[in-house]
Amino acid sequence: MKEVERLSEKKLEYLYTVANRIRELVIESLLVAGSGHSAGPLGMADIFASLYFHILNHEPKNPLWEERDRLILSNGHICPVQYATLALAGYFPLSELQTLRKIDSRLQGHPHRGSLPGIETTSGPLGSGLSQAIGMALALNLDKKRNRVYCLMSDGEHQEGNTWEAIMFAGKKKLSNITAIVDRNNIQIDGFTEDVMPLEPLRRKYEAFGWNVIDVNGHNIEDFVYAVLEAQSVFERPTVILAHTIPGKGVRFMEQNYTWHGKVPNKKEAEEAIREIRSLSKRIEHD
Amino acid sequence: MINENAKLNKKLFTQAPDMTPIRNGFGEGIVELGKENDRVVVLTADLKESTRVDEFAKQFPERFFEVGVAEQNMVTIAAGLAVGGKIPFVTSYAVFSPGRNWEQIRTTICYNNVNVNIAGHHTGLMTGPDGATHQALEDIAIMRVLPNMTVFVPCDAIEAKKATKAMTHIQNAGYIRLARDPSALITTEETPFTPGKANILWESKKPKVTIIACGTMVARSLFAAEELEKEGIGSVVINMHTIKPIDSKTIITYAKKTKCVVTAEEHQIAGGLGSAVAEVLAMNYPVPQEFVGVKDAFGESGKPNELFEKYGLGVKDIKTAAYRIVKRF
Repeated sequence: MKEVERLSEKKLEYLYTVANRIRELVIESLLVAGSGHSAGPLGMADIFASLYFHILNHEPKNPLWEERDRLILSNGHICPVQYATLALAGYFPLSELQTLRKIDSRLQGHPHRGSLPGIETTSGPLGSGLSQAIGMALALNLDKKRNRVYCLMSDGEHQEGNTWEAIMFAGKKKLSNITAIVDRNNIQIDGFTEDVMPLEPLRRKYEAFGWNVIDVNGHNIEDFVYAVLEAQSVFERPTVILAHTIPGKGVRFMEQNYTWHGKVPNKKEAEEAIREIRSLSKRIEHD
Repeated sequence: MINENAKLNKKLFTQAPDMTPIRNGFGEGIVELGKENDRVVVLTADLKESTRVDEFAKQFPERFFEVGVAEQNMVTIAAGLAVGGKIPFVTSYAVFSPGRNWEQIRTTICYNNVNVNIAGHHTGLMTGPDGATHQALEDIAIMRVLPNMTVFVPCDAIEAKKATKAMTHIQNAGYIRLARDPSALITTEETPFTPGKANILWESKKPKVTIIACGTMVARSLFAAEELEKEGIGSVVINMHTIKPIDSKTIITYAKKTKCVVTAEEHQIAGGLGSAVAEVLAMNYPVPQEFVGVKDAFGESGKPNELFEKYGLGVKDIKTAAYRIVKRF
């Protein structure tokens, strides 16, 4: 296991630049695809940049490298952000992003293991990512390996029973090699999570199931990296990072608007979105 | 008459055939696998003893995972273990697994295309007094429609052990159907078992009908064949232990020979063995077919034999079907 390095000012600048480049690629690929999800992928760009360009131990040219950390995307519908990140990291050519959701493409509407390098598990149907992360963590423990398992989840999928079965199991087994990262953006297809089916108090629920819980601003890369570092130093408990994010982050007309959860921009909207992302200073100011 | 090549148990047609629960064969197989292959791991959902993995748990505690009453979590954890290089077996009652957790099996096991093996216990009317909630009569149908899934329905404990051990060598996912109460031991250690290759257990000199059966209906089909023979109706009895991939070649060969087929299964008629056979025949060599199975109904509490009679799965029901189809010419 590689220790995650502390961030230099320069690296931090770089990661914010990468995150905004990911946002641009997301918008471009969604425009070509003509369907899919916009808000979630934009909201997770900072976290994806942090993971693939700083935190994860991985080799893009050798995606099945045994010593790699595992990253499981449980809420598969935000895959455009993972695809953009993987392409940018060198897993496959950037041009392939234009094939998203098209016939014969490796970039399926929801990610499929085996189709595309870097995809560890098939996902889309919600609530089954954490269980698979647990399976991988158990396999690594049996093999006495110290690779870490990261599981990205949505907040909405905490309405699935399977999610809580998994949270209960990881707590029982004290799987400290798992770090779950919840995209707490408060929206789902039918509206705000607290209207559709309230999830709060999410922190206290996880704590009651035996987890270490860290709340962070999901757009503050420095804080997020520190949270991951803290998770690595906690033994005897799995850690969940509740990453508070703004859905649609970086594109003002999409931010905090749940109607952008499950739709994509038209040409004019995409142009405006990209203009806006490019106009942002390299480092997005927060709060 | 008995096909000598099948090396059947000589006591089968006596007053007191050897009786063993089919699930016991699974339990023996899984312990042997544990010794032979350290990649084999077992998960159960609070049913260690009745799904016969208690001995595995005792001998290989580090490779045994109790997940509690959480079948969805069980199969998805297994999918993750398989991605991590292990060969998981998951056990529960079939109504719960693969019943309750079907979508997780579809997405995280079949579409992921990993070698997770699902043992569905307490299948069919053999579950008896527990009643319809616990009598899985739909599991063959919901498993055989899944791509990358192999489906085994062993006819006795010995075959169950062979099928269990074969599952680790099949790279994709597998399902094995296991009944609770004691069943007649039909086969022996010497009986051939090749996944996907049906066994001819009985073949009369001039057969008029082919009976294709699986699981607990194989012994009943053999008893029916014996009585039919005495009554002047020759038959062939095929043990279709693998429902998927199905042995089309054997089905077509015998359909050509006898021009009619009876299928017999302890499962809903819709979607099960009979349907699988009908698909092969309709596409290749259509002949009349009679279906012995549960007719779009739920079971109820009772002793297995009483239920088999009441729901039309007795020896006499197979004979009636055979007579009916022979007369259709």
